[in-house]
Parts: sequence; C-alpha cells; structure tokens
Amino acid sequence: MNARHHAARGRFALAAALAGLFLIPGAPPTAAQGFAGLGATAEGFAVPERGAGLAFPRDHGPHPDYRIEWWYLTSVLTGEDGRDYGIQWTLFRSALAPREGAGWDSPQLWLGHAALTTPDRHFAAERYGRGGIGQAGVVAEPFEAWIDDWRMTGTAPPGADPLSALELSAAGEGFGYALRLAAQGPLVPQGEQGYSVKSAAGQASWYYSQPFYEVEGQLEIEGETIAVTGQAWLDREWSSQPLAADQTGWDWFSLMFDDGARLMGFRLRDGGAGYTSATWIEPDGRPTPMPPGALRVTPLRVAEVAGREIPVDWRLELPARDLDVTVEAMNDAAWMGTSVPYWEGPITISGSHSGRGYLEMTGY
Amino acid sequence: MRVALAALLSHWRRSPLQLAMLLLGLALATALWSGVQAINAEARASYAEAAATLGQDRLARITAQGPIPQETYVDLRRAGWRVSPVIEGRVRIDERRSLRLIGIEPLTLPAPAQQVEFGEGDALLPFLTAPGLIFAAPETLARMEGADLPPLREAQGIPPGTGLIDIGQAQRLLRMEGLVSHLLLDPDAPRPGELPEGLRLVPPDSESDVARLTDSFHLNLTAFGLLSFAVGLFIVHSAIGLAFEQRRPMFRTLRALGVTARTLTGLLLAELVLFALLAGVAGLALGYLVAALLLPDVAATLRGLYGAEVPGTLAFRPGWAAAGLGIALLGTLVSASQSLWRVAHLPLLAPAQPRAWAVASERALLRQAAAAAGLLILAGALLLWGRGVVAAFVLLAALLLGAALLLPVLLAGVLRLAQRAARGPIAQWFWADTRQQLPGLSLALMALLLALAANIGVGTMVSSFRLTFTGWLDQRLAFELYLSAPDQVTADRIADWLEPRAEAVLPIVRAETEVLGQPAQLYGMADHATYRENWPLLAEEPGVWDRLAGGDWALVNEQLARRERLAPGDPIRLPGWEGRIAAIYSDYGNPSAQVILGIDRFFALHPEAERRRYGIRVAPARAEALAEELRAAFDLPDETLIDQASLKGFSLQVFERTFAVTAALNVLTLGVAGLAMFASLMVLSGMRLPQLAPVWAMGLTKARLARLEMLRTLLLASGTLVAALPLGLALAWVLLAVVNVQAFGWRLPMHVFPLDWLTLGALALGAAALAAAVPVRRLARLRPADLLRVFANER
Repeated sequence: MNARHHAARGRFALAAALAGLFLIPGAPPTAAQGFAGLGATAEGFAVPERGAGLAFPRDHGPHPDYRIEWWYLTSVLTGEDGRDYGIQWTLFRSALAPREGAGWDSPQLWLGHAALTTPDRHFAAERYGRGGIGQAGVVAEPFEAWIDDWRMTGTAPPGADPLSALELSAAGEGFGYALRLAAQGPLVPQGEQGYSVKSAAGQASWYYSQPFYEVEGQLEIEGETIAVTGQAWLDREWSSQPLAADQTGWDWFSLMFDDGARLMGFRLRDGGAGYTSATWIEPDGRPTPMPPGALRVTPLRVAEVAGREIPVDWRLELPARDLDVTVEAMNDAAWMGTSVPYWEGPITISGSHSGRGYLEMTGY
Repeated sequence: MRVALAALLSHWRRSPLQLAMLLLGLALATALWSGVQAINAEARASYAEAAATLGQDRLARITAQGPIPQETYVDLRRAGWRVSPVIEGRVRIDERRSLRLIGIEPLTLPAPAQQVEFGEGDALLPFLTAPGLIFAAPETLARMEGADLPPLREAQGIPPGTGLIDIGQAQRLLRMEGLVSHLLLDPDAPRPGELPEGLRLVPPDSESDVARLTDSFHLNLTAFGLLSFAVGLFIVHSAIGLAFEQRRPMFRTLRALGVTARTLTGLLLAELVLFALLAGVAGLALGYLVAALLLPDVAATLRGLYGAEVPGTLAFRPGWAAAGLGIALLGTLVSASQSLWRVAHLPLLAPAQPRAWAVASERALLRQAAAAAGLLILAGALLLWGRGVVAAFVLLAALLLGAALLLPVLLAGVLRLAQRAARGPIAQWFWADTRQQLPGLSLALMALLLALAANIGVGTMVSSFRLTFTGWLDQRLAFELYLSAPDQVTADRIADWLEPRAEAVLPIVRAETEVLGQPAQLYGMADHATYRENWPLLAEEPGVWDRLAGGDWALVNEQLARRERLAPGDPIRLPGWEGRIAAIYSDYGNPSAQVILGIDRFFALHPEAERRRYGIRVAPARAEALAEELRAAFDLPDETLIDQASLKGFSLQVFERTFAVTAALNVLTLGVAGLAMFASLMVLSGMRLPQLAPVWAMGLTKARLARLEMLRTLLLASGTLVAALPLGLALAWVLLAVVNVQAFGWRLPMHVFPLDWLTLGALALGAAALAAAVPVRRLARLRPADLLRVFANER
C-alpha cells in the first residue's frame, strides 16, 4: 500500500518534472509560464528569422538547434459502421541544449501522443524517449518519424515530396490504428512563407501544413477492428520561444470544408483580448494569410471536463471570406490526460460552411 | 491490599543488592537478546530496501547471459516492448572506497521503479546531461566525500553504498559503453509477443539473493542472542527464587492476616511485571547501545562476506522495542513460574523458615538425567538425519541444554563418591554440605557451563577457521602481484610490457553464469604451474589440470559441491557448455557457487569478458621493484597494483572483523554467567547461617569456614570447567562440521588450542572466586552474636 502510494507519487513527480523539462527548461517553477513553457526565453537556441523561408525535404526533419518541434497529425474518419472517429498522432521534440549529440549524450528528448476519439469514448497514450540511441527520432528522407513502435513512415515514390504518402500506426491501452495517407494537394506554408507570428510582440515559429490527406485504414478498439476512411491534416512547427511570456494557452482550429477549402486559425490567450491568426487555404492549396484579428472566435458552450471548464462549442467568424460557422466537439470528453494535459478532439462544422476538423485547446 | 503490596515491596528496600541483581540480570538478558535482534532487523531492512531498489521486488526483468547490447533495448522498444534499461556496476574510488552505481533511464522507467523525485525539472536536466548527477543516501554522500565522481545529491530510499545515476553517465563511469545489465518491464503494458533468442524473462523477486545468502549469518547471531538470553535468565531465576524464599515468613503472615492466595499471587505477579518493564526498558537501552557498537563490524562483515550493504548506523524501530519488552516480560514470568506456583500453594501452617532450597531428591535428579538423555538422543538423531541450518541449530540447542541438565547429576555423583572417600568429620561435613548446596547452585553452574562451553566451542571454531583460512590464503594467493588495469587498452599494453619482465602473467577473468538454477561465478583459468602447484583441491580426478585445460572438465568450489552433492566425475552443465567435474576446491571467500573452466573454453563462452585483471609471477625479491617500474611506466594509480602481502592482510582483516561480533558476544555471555554465579552465591550465603552456626559452635573458626566456602565454590567451578571442556569441543565440532556446512557450504578441519583452555580456565576460576568473594567476606566478618542468634531465634 505504502509502496504503491510511493510509486504513484514517484510517477506524478516524474511526470511533473518531465512536463517542466519538456517544455520549461531552466525556468523557475513558480513563474507564470503559460502553457507548457512555450513562453520561455530562447537562450542559446535558434530563433526564426523572417524571410529565411522553408526548404524541403530538409525541413521535414528535425531542427535540433530549436528548442521545440512537432510532427502533429490529426484525422477525421468515418467507419464502415457509419460512425465518426478521430485520431491523433503527435511526436514532440524538446531540446535540453541547442545541439545534437551521439548516444545518450544527445540532449534531444522525444514525446509521443496518440489518441482515438469516438462519439462516446476517448483513448489516449503517451510515450517518452531519449534521442541519440534510436528509440525515437525523425529522418527527413526517406521520411520516418517514430517513437517506440509508433511510426509515421513516408511511402512516397522517389522524386515526390516525402510527406505526400505516409503510413501511420500507433497503439495504446484499448486502442490502435494503422492508416495509409495520400496527399491530394501541396504543402502549405503558414504565415509569411512559413514564418508564423504568435504575438503582437513578434514571437514566431516556423510552421507549415499538409492539410489535404485522404485516409484509409483500420482502427482497433478493444480488440474490434473497424475499417475507416477520411481526411487528415499534418502540422509541422518548430520554434524556440513561440509565445509571449503573458500568453497562457491557445485555441487552435483546423477546418476541412466539404468544398475542399481549408482554414487554419488560432487564438492565443493573454490577460486581454488575445491574439488571433488565420490562414485561408484554397482547394488547390493557395494560402492567404489573414491579418491578426481578422478571425473572431467566441465560445458558445462550456463543458466540465477533467474538473476544468472547457469551451467545447464555438462560433467562428471570418468576414473577409463570408465565414460564420458553429463548430461542435464530437465528444466533449476528448481530454488528453498526459503529462502536459490539454484538450484535443474532432469537431463538426455547420453554418455558412460545413465540414469536419480538429480542435486543440491548451492552458485550461 | 495496598498495605500488603507495601509489605511485599519493603523486602527490596532491605535488600537493594538483590533488587539490583534481579534488575541487572533481566536487563542484561534483554540487552543481549534485543541487541542482536536490532542488528538483524537493521540488516534485513536494508536487504529489503535493496531488493525494492528500482521496484525490483515488483517488476519483472529481462536478462541475458552477461550484459545486453543497447541496440537490443532499442529493438525491443521499437517492437512495442515497454522496457527500461538498467546498468549496474561498481566503481572503485580509492583503496578503501567503492560505489555501486545503478544507471537508469528516467524517461522510460516504469512507475514502481521511480524512487527519486526530480522536482520541477531542475534535477532531471543535470541528471541527463554531462557530467550527470548521482543520487545517494545521506550516509553514502558522507562516505564519498572528496571522491572523483559526478556531483552527488541527497535522496531518500536509496540503499547505502549505492548511487543512482543516468544510464549514459553510468556506462561511461563503468566503462560499459553500449551495454546494459538488464531491462525492467513495465507491469501495466501488454507484452507484444515472444522475446528474442538469448533473452530471458525473470519474474519479480521479493527476496533478494543477499537476504537468502545472509540468512544463516543472521541465524547464527540469533542463536547467540538466545544463548545469552537464556544465561541471563539464570540470574533472574536465582534472584527471584531468593526473594521468594526469604519472604516466606512474610507470605505466611500475610496469608494468616487474611490475604487470599489469589490476591497474594496477583500482587507478586504485579511486582514482577513492574520489575520486568523497568529492567526491560533499561535492557532495551543497553541493547540498543550494544547493537550500535557492534553494527559497524557486522556491516563490514556483511559487506566483505556477501557484498551486502548495511548502514553502519542504527535506526530505532518501535516493533523491535515492543518485542524486547515482551521477551523481558516472558523471561521474567518463566523464571518466576516455579516460585509463583509455590506461593500459590503455600501451606498456611508449614514452617515458614527459609530452607536452603529443596534438598536434592534422588527422584528429581533422575528426572533431570532422563530429560538430559532425551535431549542428547535428539541431538544424536539430528546429527545423523538433520538437514538445513535450522536443524543444525536445534542440534546445538539440544546438545547444550542436554549437557546442562546432566551437569548437576554428574556433580552429585562425583560429590557422593568424594563424600564416601572422605576421612575425618570436617571433610565429611564439607562434602555433605556441598551436596546439600548443589541444588541451589545448579542453575548458576549450568549457566557457567553453557558460557564456558560456548567460549571453548566458538573459540575453537574461530581459531580452526583462522588457521585453515590462513593456510588457504597462502595457497590461493600464489601470485606476487595482482594487477587490475583501468581499461582494456591499458591492460593489453601492460601485459605486453610485462611479458619479458615477469616469470608469468596470467589473466584472471570472470563472468556471471548459472549452475543448476542458481547464480554462480564462472572463472577462466590458464594452464600454468602456479595453479598446478598451489590451487587448493579437496577432491580430484587424476590428471585434473590436463583435463581442465582440455576444456571438457570444470572445477567447482566446495560450497557448490556440498549444496548440490557433486563429486569429481559428475556431469555438470552451464549455459552453452556441458562437461564433467575434474575437482573440487576449497573456497572461503564467500558462500556463493563458483565454477572454473580452462581459459580457452571460458573465452569461447564469454568472448565479452574483460581481460583487465592479471596475476603476475615474479621472484619475490623482485616484486616490489617491478611494481614500482610498472607504476612509473604506465602512470598507474596505487590501487591498480596490489602485492600478495597486502591482499592477504586485507583478506585476514575481513576475516577478523567477521568474528569480532562473535568474540564480543562471547565475552558478554561469560560476564553474564559470572553474574549468575554471584547471584546464586549471594542467595545461598544469606540462608546458610543456620547450617554454619552449629559447625562454628563446635569450634571451627570463621576464617576456616570462609576458606572452606571459597574452596567449595572453586571446586564446583572446576568441576563445571572440566565438564565444559568436552562439551565445548563437541560444540566446536558441531559448528565446524555441521553448522558451517549448512550455513556457508564449507567444512573445516578442527584444530584444538589447549593453551586457550588454560587461559579460559583461569578466567573462569577467577570469576568464580570473585563471585564468591563478597559472600565469603561477609561470612568472615560475621559477628559471633549473629551466629549465636541462630540458636536463640525461634526456628
């Protein structure tokens, strides 16, 4: 009993330590850090510079001189049973120091999150790994991102963009999935050629997306296999200090409309009105960055999830595109109870436009 | 009732010495017993803590023969196995100090294994990155003062002598880059299939190997504690017996005044409980002190003998204190049961005069003889058919108790013969009076017998062991110099350098293996005259060395052979090898199993084993000079090169420390026996006036009487001493030929040391004389009026 208690406490302490380490290196724990320490200063690490631009396939791989980076894939799916599903596959990289090293000496740490959401269930799993020894990592070409037995493997033919075709798999307690993804459109840089501003003070990250995947494959839920098809969206982002110190979290939307257009929008919350940003993406992939504040987001319904008040339904307005939609969570309880907890789940869109998408909310 | 209690207690005010004796006896008995228990509890707690390190008592592990390549770990992770790597090893700090390192990978470590709180990332960061961070117990921190190690940080729950460190840093410090010792399996995760070839799943183990190995050592200590306790109870018995005898008139008066037998018994019981608690508390304090004094030696022994880490400081455990008080209470009640029974059945009108205890009846002696015979027969049966350490100790107990019970019978016989042979009235009175006193003294004499026999027995065992061990060391440590190079490259260079300069340079290589389901150490032995001429063999096949070099034959140590009943010629199997036993060799280094193979065969099985240690043969006169040259040529730290004499000295030092505790307990037991004697004599002297007065009245001077009293005590003590000698030797034989074999797996030849007996005899007689001195002096100083009063008083 005592040992168990101790172990539980140990787990909690380590999780807290890792959460801190993952995302708040060197910061005093008492300081108001904002979500996951993304507001920490970039001491010694590289900082995105406007105009430098992106280069592929190089930028599909890791950028060890930046503090944090992710390969973030979400997919909305429909099963052969007619039900809606959503999955998430994420690999985070966090650097203790702006360098790569051999073996255990590598200061690069990796964190994987996988989730599967149904209208009434939500499964989530987490993996930690050390860089340098092969347990987790990313290679740009031929593309592979992995942690343990979770994989995102490029299957594109030579000459094509390595991210244009992927195989994706992950499994956790009670769930698993194996999906094949084929991009139907080009890579989409966010912001100014990938330079994505995150605050009025100028914090920024490198950010591009592949929002045009068609998906097919299988889900496995508690031993039952379900064939699914759907769409997926991959986000790639790296930075060293993307948030301003007073920003406490964000609400991030990826909307995939039935007509083929896409919208990426987010609101970064601070003490005041917050900072919103959006990119309108035509069905052929042409992006139009919207000026700060062009997107208006308004919470419509708050649900109590994991003991917190989480706004699960929203009104989104983008007057420049005659957009006025309501987005609703497919499952209010899509809570990621991981070492850094957040809400991440599929949404349905109705109003001036219709479609499906994903919502991520942090810092609640 | 209060008046009755006051009356009862008033006795103690009038005889403070008796009270002191009672309390002292009880306190000493409790002290020795609980002291030993405290040591055992401390050691067991640290084994449990060690077993729980990294949750190994709750987590399954994956192991292989020898270390596991790091790539195997990564492959398993990528196949979905939720495993976490652990590396274990020992780093040498300097000649005196070493630190056991446990390297962990905190990111994948399963929850039950997490025992360090990293705080909000401020410890994890330096932990993961060079130079790393070592978490250790406060005691370890203090011991590592000034060591050339990564920064140390205090943490609770880590066994003493152990440092927790990141696996990457550990690999560097242990020079095991790219290797891990074993993998911990997350208990919550499903297993994604079968393990690859060469890996083995080991279920969680709540008891460590160390706890199993050291069981017999602790049983040893417990047996000693029990013996001391029993001897201490003799004192208590004497003191209580005396107090009850002397209060007989008071009991009768109280009963006559209307106090019921039940109330009286209850009051006496309450009085005893009070004393037991008082003495118990004092005994606990004393026991704690004894344990605290002995623990550093015990810890050193356990470290040297078993590699078990036990802290040198004692923690206070409430359970231990309760048990100590309990045993004090129980001991008091057992010692007092006879007296209490008598009080409860006191005939109201019987003469209330204290008697010098009951006259020894033939029947009582016969009963005692029968019990003794029964116990000795039990001992014989156990000797023939008993197996295991517990049986060995029961055998010891039966032997000792049987012999103790036999002692009064034997002494009574001898005294009767002496009386028959005596001429003259004084001599006849002397013998008759001695016989009369025997029942009163017999318990004290039994205590003395036990203490003396234990002393002779344990002394003989230790001395025999020392003699054998020294001889064995001389054979076993046949190399002039022992080299332990810091790394493989240096080792190779040194070996090349030595080739033309030394007579022989032979590698000493070892690996972990498994024999008949138990972990064992495997050594590779080069074919060389050094071994052929010196290696101590107990039993062998003809041509043993050629057979060994051939590769199909092995040597096994005595421990393994005895445990598994192996003999030369028997088949034996190791992982990856099958062959036969060429010889059995003696091995007193530690109780674990050992196998030796020819060096070629060894490396065929364990190509990964390091050749960092070498034995160097060189003309003894050249050894020191060569060591100097070697150190200078390779800039070697002192500890990499050890000469034969230092190694022997160190081994003997470990040996001496092993038995320091035994010796200390031995002396304490003897002291307690002396006190028991003193207590008994004090009891008797007070009651003997009625017997002495008539003799005095008939013309024997007080001085003469005193001399006779002293003579009597010395005679009885000598008789006991004479009886103790064969008993002690029997005890030694049982310890060497039965207990050692069961507990450690080796049988030692017995050597006798008559000079030691003389010393002990002198000591025992001295103690007896000292014990008798006070009562005798009191007798010599009696005023004639006191003696006369005997005749005046109503009896």
